[in-house]
Amino acid sequence: MRDVAIIATAQTKHVRAATATNEVEMIQPVIQEVIERSGVDRHGFDFTCSGSSDYLAGQPFSFVMTLDAVAAWPPISESHVEMDGAWALYEAWVKIQTGHADTALVYSYGKSSPGDLPRVLSRMTDPYYEAPLWPSSVDIAALQARAAIQAGVTSEQAMADIAYRSRTSAAANPFAQLTSSAQPSALMDEEYLADPLRRHDCAPITDGGVAIVLAAGDKARSLCSRPAWIRGIDHRADGHHLNFRDLTTSPSVSIAAEKAGVANGPIEIAELHTCFTHHEPILRSALGLGDDVEVNPSGGPLAANPMMAAGLIRMVEVANRIHSGEVSRGVAHATGGHALQHNLIAVLEGEG
Amino acid sequence: MTDTTSSQPAPIEIPEGVWSQPAVNMSAVADLESVEAVRSVRAFASMTYDYTPGLATTRFLRAIKEKRLVGERCSETGKVYIPPRGVSPVSGLPTTEQVELGLDGTVVSFCVVNLDFTGNAQEIPYVSALILVDGSDIPIYGLVREIPYNEVQPGLRLKSVWVEDSELTTSFENIKWWAPNGEPDVPASDLADYI
Amino acid sequence: MGAERVAVVGVGQTKYTAVRGDVSLPGLLREATFRALEDAQMTLADIDAIVIGKAPDFFEGIMVPEYSFVEALGAVGKPIFRVHTAGSVSGSTAIVASGLIESGVHERVLTIGWEMQSCSEAMWALSFNMPFQQQLVAGAGGYFAPYIRQYIARSNAPDDTGVLVALKDRQNALKNPYAHLHEHDISYESVKESLMLWDPIRYSETCPSSDGAIALVLTNEAGGDAAAAEGRPPAWVHGTSFRSEPAMAAGRDQVSPQAGKDCAADVFRQAGITNPREQIDVVEMYVPFSWYEPMWLENLGFAEEGTGWQLTHDGVTAMDGDLPVNCSGGVLSTNPIGASGMIRFGEAALQVRGMAGEHQIDGARTALGHAYGGAAQFYAMWVVGADKP
Repeated sequence: MRDVAIIATAQTKHVRAATATNEVEMIQPVIQEVIERSGVDRHGFDFTCSGSSDYLAGQPFSFVMTLDAVAAWPPISESHVEMDGAWALYEAWVKIQTGHADTALVYSYGKSSPGDLPRVLSRMTDPYYEAPLWPSSVDIAALQARAAIQAGVTSEQAMADIAYRSRTSAAANPFAQLTSSAQPSALMDEEYLADPLRRHDCAPITDGGVAIVLAAGDKARSLCSRPAWIRGIDHRADGHHLNFRDLTTSPSVSIAAEKAGVANGPIEIAELHTCFTHHEPILRSALGLGDDVEVNPSGGPLAANPMMAAGLIRMVEVANRIHSGEVSRGVAHATGGHALQHNLIAVLEGEG
Repeated sequence: MTDTTSSQPAPIEIPEGVWSQPAVNMSAVADLESVEAVRSVRAFASMTYDYTPGLATTRFLRAIKEKRLVGERCSETGKVYIPPRGVSPVSGLPTTEQVELGLDGTVVSFCVVNLDFTGNAQEIPYVSALILVDGSDIPIYGLVREIPYNEVQPGLRLKSVWVEDSELTTSFENIKWWAPNGEPDVPASDLADYI
Repeated sequence: MGAERVAVVGVGQTKYTAVRGDVSLPGLLREATFRALEDAQMTLADIDAIVIGKAPDFFEGIMVPEYSFVEALGAVGKPIFRVHTAGSVSGSTAIVASGLIESGVHERVLTIGWEMQSCSEAMWALSFNMPFQQQLVAGAGGYFAPYIRQYIARSNAPDDTGVLVALKDRQNALKNPYAHLHEHDISYESVKESLMLWDPIRYSETCPSSDGAIALVLTNEAGGDAAAAEGRPPAWVHGTSFRSEPAMAAGRDQVSPQAGKDCAADVFRQAGITNPREQIDVVEMYVPFSWYEPMWLENLGFAEEGTGWQLTHDGVTAMDGDLPVNCSGGVLSTNPIGASGMIRFGEAALQVRGMAGEHQIDGARTALGHAYGGAAQFYAMWVVGADKP
């Protein structure tokens, strides 16, 4: 495999509702910023790939308009996934592995504000047995949280602690949406949103976007003083039907972690795509992370959760800390579907 | 809602091929053989979205409410876009300079439509044209009326026909259609760069 | 430059029709999948990863429908990947799948393109009434018809060129048991006299709306060699490419878009093709409106600008011509949007494998599969050959 690294990143300030800008106006400054940071000419990328969702935008072919922001003229080699941008990065990484590209621009974005997000996400269920019941994303997560609590994987107290820790960590993240939290004891006094989940257990609804630049080998070294090398990357799916799954574990994460080589060295930080507090202990266990591993120093999705971007942002948060020299090895996780159905794991490392 | 009453679909003729269904033990559902099959499941879905027009479109719509057409210029190529979408697709940079356009335009190309795709066509056939608004560099689609459909040609000069001033809103529908303005045709060679 | 050669060792298609009321959504994908696996002499257990493409989710009213098919496709514990690039999507999807093997990441990949258009009203799924956007007052054909008119003006093509293309493709479809439209009584007159929907596009020069799926099994070189050794000829991938350009850019030529030219040049360069007219034996191109055959012949470099229509009139693109185009019947006879691109890719593979049945071109060694989408702005192409690249 070729050495491929994240050499530049940029993201929006994440907000509840970006009511002034449309999608292309929201993502354009981020794309411009990452291109300038990368040192690659605007028209010099060998490949471009993006991730977004028509259902989120509420219109078909919603990605066509955002293509304006990458200056696809003269024409470019380009593709799009109807998934989180972490999978757009994966496609770009594969493209570089084929040898057809040395550099790639990857971006993704999501505006959840136009629709009723939990209701929109209910459309992501089996059309025959589940979708007609309109189960919201929070309802499904609550079923999983209940199972996890009953199995002793977590507790409501532990979940409140995770919420508190995530949102106070986010105070140091200039892009985060939620940057403070009441004490866990006060959180525990709140009403249930969907028992056993309280509001603090759920990621906020967010508008935002993210962009990164990938480069291979010496190209990466020439453009970045300390590239964040992708040492391993893999993604796997679990089944869809909740009653067929053990919701308290994540076999797909364990497979992807093994393929990505998470255990091949010490992990200093993990940025996990935890849309709900109970995801953290499930993921920690499936990844085999020790108690000493710092999880979501950025605050994670519990502090800002732009759909279709929040997974790629996990990679950005690990890469930024490698770029700065703060850490040498970290793991990033992205998820898609309900109850952690589809998971991507990447191991990022600095050199030397 | 489960629909068991719809008529049987035409039997599908599966071509001879190499494919075969995997063997499935159907004994558990043997009793269902006499039950009428479910032919379709209709699940009605309705969702409401509040769309954001964005900065450039908002500027455009505010102008169109005042019976003005305002495009935006690409800072790199100087080309003027209508309707503006906020970013020049050629430079990838925001368009910030507004350009007052004319209310007349020129047919670049067109088609004659013989079915009512609008839901309330005034006449069939009708002409849907690519129209280059004066002062802009990219054509928009519009309805051409007040001329026999078989007399529309590229180069035909048009004026925009608007709703009554009292009915003006922040909508493209302020322009009801386009109609000949009586000026001489523009030579086709002048339009070559716009299609 | 890619590290690993890629072979197509399995092709499976559903019967295409207006309403596949006899199968569920996962059933539709399984029908194509099991045929492809049977062709490849594999089972789902042999598959490393699945790459799926389809057009907007609003067609079926399900967000990321692939997630609910994971069990049905035997994908639990495996990578499943969803591509969406407008009408070119399943061509792009096959290219993404090919890249997974070319890169050495996987050895055996299943790729599926599908659409169940009968689940919803296609016009609705394609164009919502956005309150502040410009309305297209004439449906999908109304978008493309003015560009076709411009092509006719530029090339001075006889006005029955489109009729000839439609007649040829629909007659070819009679040789393809999977094709949606089987119009046994079609004639030059019946096409010419059909309703002029968007002058210059007639009803019979327009693609249908179909349900259906296609699946391909791709393997690395060892897999291709093994299939060949067992007497099941693979199609070898000689080049893949996609190109995109903006929907609305001032000065962009929408009659012969630059992205199409660039994509063809790139894929031919990879395949070592310097004279496509001579070196390509058969073409499956994305022709949703008849006039796009001569337009793409020029855009792809098979004919000089302004002369593509002559190939149609001279019978060059007929099954007995020297550059047969759309022997399967093409998009004009079958159009499940999210599958249409991959059907072109799969039919190209069937031709060089000698497995296209009644619409086989004898001795086809090298074939082009072509797809496009959006406002004629997204392109995906591959060249496949009977010989190893």
